[in-house]
Amino acid sequence: MKSRILMFIIAFAVWCLLTWVPDTEHLIAGAVVALIVAAVMGSMFSTRPHMMLHPMRYFYFIFWYLPVFIWELLKANIDVAYRVIHPGLPIKPGIVKLKTKLRSDTGLTFLANSITLTPGTLTVDVNQDDGELYIHWIYVKGTDPDTVFREIGSRFEPILMKIFEE
Amino acid sequence: MIDTIGMVFIALGLTFDVLGCVGLVRLPDVYNRLQAATKCVTLGTCSILFGTFLITIDTSLATGLKALVAIVFLVLASPVAAHAVSRGAHRAGVKLWEGSVVDQYAEDKEGEE
Repeated sequence: MKSRILMFIIAFAVWCLLTWVPDTEHLIAGAVVALIVAAVMGSMFSTRPHMMLHPMRYFYFIFWYLPVFIWELLKANIDVAYRVIHPGLPIKPGIVKLKTKLRSDTGLTFLANSITLTPGTLTVDVNQDDGELYIHWIYVKGTDPDTVFREIGSRFEPILMKIFEE
Repeated sequence: MIDTIGMVFIALGLTFDVLGCVGLVRLPDVYNRLQAATKCVTLGTCSILFGTFLITIDTSLATGLKALVAIVFLVLASPVAAHAVSRGAHRAGVKLWEGSVVDQYAEDKEGEE
């Protein structure tokens, strides 16, 4: 039930942003649409709604995760641009396995997406039970678990642990 | 002033989009191409949308807000799409480029099927 209420609020907020400036007709139509969406899809939205009530998690997300993420995204683009423009095409690709301590759906999703948008890495598959991510790496620096974790996982895992687990 | 900053963002975004497309042509296999396509196109398009937001902020807030909502959905959706395409490609048996050094995914999957 909590998950449905949350879904309703978010769907309604997105509707309001999309139909800015809000007036009565838009708000009524939006409420109807958001109710339908929440009734049909609400139960799939969040399995742990109580996690959304901790203000510290939002604080970490906005002031710790987002700056790191945007910085890594910029670095990733310059990295790809360099490899693409370089006449010698300096790539040494391969698929490596990353072990992570994260287990929750949201945490793993965010880790996989963050890894995809950071320099030289792309998540290919996730094994949720064992917390393993298979990552395509454009320039493999080493295949043993420690190197992989240090180069790929260590930037985001501690932050996401704080936000989505514990 | 804010118009100029917006234009700079749009120009940067276009540059990254172009580089992403160059990568799509130059890199050897499907996985490397996805790398270029996902990263450059995400940041490039987000940058164009943010520039649009800055330019229209005085005249029409409605357009700017839609651009911001589009950024959020783009950042959420494009890595998921890349993940789905690469996983599908690997499962369908698309080989890695011959210069690839390691494929631990294939090693782990051998026992499954």
